[in-house]
Amino acid sequence: MSDPIIQVRGLRKVYRVGDVDVEALRGVTLEVGRGEFLCVVGPSGSGKSTLFHILGGLTGATAGEVIVDGRDLSKISDAERTEMRKRLVGFVFQKYNLLPTLSAADNIAIARHIAGRDRIADPRFTEVLGLLGIGHRLDHKPRALSGGEQQRVAIARAIVNNPAILLADEPTGNLDSKNSEAVLGVLRDLNERLGQTILMITHDAHVASYGHRIVHMLDGEIVGTP
Amino acid sequence: MTNKLVVENLRFRPVRTALSVLAIGIEVVMILTIVGISRGMIVDSQRRMRGVGADVLVRPPGTSAISLSSAPIPEKMVDFIERQPHVASAVGTMNHPVGGVTVVTGVDLARFTRMSGGFRYLKGGPPRQPNDLVVDRYYAQQKKLHAGSMVELMNRQWRVSGIIEEGKLTRLVVPIQILQDLTSNPGKISQIFVKVDNPANTDEVVLELKSKLKDYQVYSMEEFVSLLSVDHVPGLAEFIGVIIGLSIVVGFLVVFLSMYTAVLERTREIGILKALGASPSFIIGILMRETSVLAIAGSLIGIALSYGTRWLIMTLVPGSLSQYIVPDWWPIAGGIALAGALLGSAYPGWRAARQDPIEALSYE
Repeated sequence: MSDPIIQVRGLRKVYRVGDVDVEALRGVTLEVGRGEFLCVVGPSGSGKSTLFHILGGLTGATAGEVIVDGRDLSKISDAERTEMRKRLVGFVFQKYNLLPTLSAADNIAIARHIAGRDRIADPRFTEVLGLLGIGHRLDHKPRALSGGEQQRVAIARAIVNNPAILLADEPTGNLDSKNSEAVLGVLRDLNERLGQTILMITHDAHVASYGHRIVHMLDGEIVGTP
Repeated sequence: MTNKLVVENLRFRPVRTALSVLAIGIEVVMILTIVGISRGMIVDSQRRMRGVGADVLVRPPGTSAISLSSAPIPEKMVDFIERQPHVASAVGTMNHPVGGVTVVTGVDLARFTRMSGGFRYLKGGPPRQPNDLVVDRYYAQQKKLHAGSMVELMNRQWRVSGIIEEGKLTRLVVPIQILQDLTSNPGKISQIFVKVDNPANTDEVVLELKSKLKDYQVYSMEEFVSLLSVDHVPGLAEFIGVIIGLSIVVGFLVVFLSMYTAVLERTREIGILKALGASPSFIIGILMRETSVLAIAGSLIGIALSYGTRWLIMTLVPGSLSQYIVPDWWPIAGGIALAGALLGSAYPGWRAARQDPIEALSYE
């Protein structure tokens, strides 16, 4: 693969749960190309969310190497991980995770603010809002938006700082089929039109079919790419 | 944007926000009321002492500036003082406490009128019968008394012969001889007011009386009035300190509880902010700003409430208490409230900043 944006080698993650060590990842090796739309498929407990959290800088690895856009995440501190989350990655969660106190526009703006980009004009973003079809709903608070609209706002927030990768964890898990298609269509558009690298976790084969490539995980390991 | 988030967070939970602001407001009004009452009582005392029109005051040995009772001075000393050079007139009074800080003052009304110009009667007139009593407007208002009303004091029924304007000597006046007889202190008085022929001679008269009245406390009126302060009232400064301390504890606990539950309730939101790259200092900053807004709003409410407590005091107990509005204490009380509130949000803030983003995002 030429120009990989993500390189994972021998990644291990062990959690301490009470007095018991739980091995969530057991030597995962993976490469993702720049501009690729990769789907990670696996059952609950297969380690896909843990992989997602490590790639997103939400937690560190126990062992192994994780390089995202040239930065080795296995060698950075908590403070540096916090810093990388501002611009290097964008998250889309199953439960949308919008701030309930803020309007849709402000949910997007807070991401720019945290990244220190409040005052930087971004003409591309207007295009993205058009692409997402939420321009007319930006003044509404999350409770006034449908699930599909909330997820599109969450996608807008995730890409507002032009992250190197977009990590989507079961983005259609809470949506009906119509809204699922809409959200998946948006993700595919972002990938195709803007070249956004996307990693999407799902356990739905149909959802996974939107990606360029699918990897399967089971018991903390990658078990094959069809 | 951060400020907007802070404001929206506070607006999103209006009941908790309102309760927190009210609790901080009560903290502030506790401080402002206790300080206002202390100052009000002292300033009123000063005003009443000045209202007599005397230039010099003679008090018994070993009494503090605010002592209200005891009558150890022989009454004949009034005549002795009146015979001293540059003394225009002298009048002795006797104080007898009748509950709380309320005092009945016995006075020779003829001498008192010569010195001060006398009381200004709003209703009725001076005492004419042995059971006649004069009260000032505030006492009459508090006890709902009118000229001719009966009131029980010192196990005796008194007829209110007149209601006087406040601000001169005392709130309750009876002829001195009656009070002396009632308290079994015939021929004794509590203090002597002295008027000099020319205010320029005040210091000279003070020195003269000090030399002739060994062990007695002789003050110019201005000197005595200056002693009527928080620092010179035994235990008052400590009492105010205790109230302020309690207020800080109240503010601390209220904000601690409010912010602690806020952090718990907003665990997922904190996780979202962390996922977006918010640093621990950003999270703490939001909570501190929220706390500061609560403290400032609470302080403003507390200041407004202090007008309410003054109104209540002046309506219900104007004869017993007096509360002043103390603008110089507004920033102090506000600062105390802010400090207590920030202290109260420190642990919740620290807890929020340390939250693991993955656990926070999975919080239900």
